[in-house]
Amino acid sequence: MSAPRAMSGVEPALLAPSGVSASLRRIVALVRRYVYLLRGSGVRLIELLYWPFLQMLTWGFLQTYLAETTNSYVQSAGVLIGSVLLWDILFRSKIGFSTTFIEEMWSRNLGNLLTSPLRPYELVAALSLWSIIRLAVSMVPVAVAAFLIFDFNLLSLGLALAAFFWVLVLTSWALGLVAAGVILRYGLGAEELAWSLAFLLLPFCCVYYPVSVLPEWLQPVALALPPTHVFEGMRSILLDHSFDPAPLWWALALNAVYLVAGYAIFSWFLSRARVNGTLLQLGE
Amino acid sequence: MGHNFDKARAQRKVMNESADNMREEQADRDSVNLPVMVRSLTKRYGSITAVNQISFTIEPGSTVALLGGNGAGKTTTIAMLLGLITPSAGEVRVFGADMSRNRYDVAQRLNFQSPYVDLPARLTVKQNLTVYAGLYGVANAAERIAYVAEHLQIETLLNRLTGKLSAGQKTRVGLAKALLNAPELLLLDEPTASLDPDTADWIRHKLKNYVQSRNATLLLASHNMAEVERLSDRVILLQAGRIIEDETPKALVASYGRETLEDVFLDLVRGEVKRTTAESTPDPLRNGS
Repeated sequence: MSAPRAMSGVEPALLAPSGVSASLRRIVALVRRYVYLLRGSGVRLIELLYWPFLQMLTWGFLQTYLAETTNSYVQSAGVLIGSVLLWDILFRSKIGFSTTFIEEMWSRNLGNLLTSPLRPYELVAALSLWSIIRLAVSMVPVAVAAFLIFDFNLLSLGLALAAFFWVLVLTSWALGLVAAGVILRYGLGAEELAWSLAFLLLPFCCVYYPVSVLPEWLQPVALALPPTHVFEGMRSILLDHSFDPAPLWWALALNAVYLVAGYAIFSWFLSRARVNGTLLQLGE
Repeated sequence: MGHNFDKARAQRKVMNESADNMREEQADRDSVNLPVMVRSLTKRYGSITAVNQISFTIEPGSTVALLGGNGAGKTTTIAMLLGLITPSAGEVRVFGADMSRNRYDVAQRLNFQSPYVDLPARLTVKQNLTVYAGLYGVANAAERIAYVAEHLQIETLLNRLTGKLSAGQKTRVGLAKALLNAPELLLLDEPTASLDPDTADWIRHKLKNYVQSRNATLLLASHNMAEVERLSDRVILLQAGRIIEDETPKALVASYGRETLEDVFLDLVRGEVKRTTAESTPDPLRNGS
């Protein structure tokens, strides 16, 4: 080692630590970390496309086969494939949020992040933003492939698609917040929750069948789940060529409640992790 | 009669509360200039008390070492200073900010490095430093990273994956991250662990120069007695979560009539206490100067 010199030289020009622009800067800095991660790993990129593409192919071929039957429900173009693509928006967004958070724990980086000027809500905002970017990377090529292979155009859902998208993404963030909170509190032993929590909704939010199929006592549960209104709306457009926006407003209102509850749960588990001293022990 | 007594008692209560408020406000004003003020700090995990009623302050520009065996409470104390652990009782103030409630007021003015945390392994060193420059609000990130990298001699590592580095290289990169924002308060947990003696010595020079050139405050937790003797103006010795000594390294060695700090440390942790000078209880709010 050469002789040390005094630390003067280039001084850091520190920007104001608070305010909206400071918050945005930190969110962008963290999203940049996730972009670096994805850019540096071809395997991750392929993985993002792999499962949605396989799902789309499987359900697309099933739809093609069933279209030859006499059932008008399955004959209607794209009901199954549309369900798969919309479900994947919810599932992939949730996975994007949760696994990115877990990534910080795997890499034992959470202590660095939580001692930096990054606020917990900025961490959540960065995870949310990144989940949308990941979703775009995985779902846009798959939606294009669905159009090319099965002649199913997701855009045929029209403007409603934008509303469907946001309802599903907001639900995924609420689920992601709960999963992240539980993992914070109970460590990577609870990691499975990140993968399985969205599946808890699968039977109740009526992805592949109408709400009327459920027993009567279960229907209020289904209607209390925002994604149910998306799948009902999609079927209404594709089967009846009509669309009632009112249930989607209801779904957005429900999402607002779930998001607030999700953030409260995340914050509570984070504060418990600070009390229990587990933040320094988290890692592989 | 009874009415007058109640009135007098109520007046006394108001006066006491107002005196308490004034004392608290004065303490707040005093603590703003202090990098660290710790008062009756306690951390309990169930029936285990990791840190037990410790109090100390650290003056600007000083280097203080937290010394103690495994489980003495060093890392827990540093984690409470950083706001990573919430105290069970007592108070931690950094530049006057209560770290349990207002840590973001001062987060940009401090930084830390610990073997308990890593930088993301799958990012290159430069990518990691760029991300943290953004989080700490360093506007001239590229120049600052280049400078810190040159200073810590990690330029050749900048484009390598952080996870592929040796333990010593990772320590230097972690230190680069800790110096990105030129913190006024630097908290280091075992800063030279896993470094070879030559590199460890070189790092100690760097830290000393950093503290001197910026009048920065350094709090380090270490098992390395030579390092503590060399770097620190003051040693806070912890045992079972309590402060058992708070002295300059020289005074500590002299008061126990031993040759090195390591001898003193071993005597204390083994319970073979043989203090030769007059017994003194550490002043709980002693200044570091």
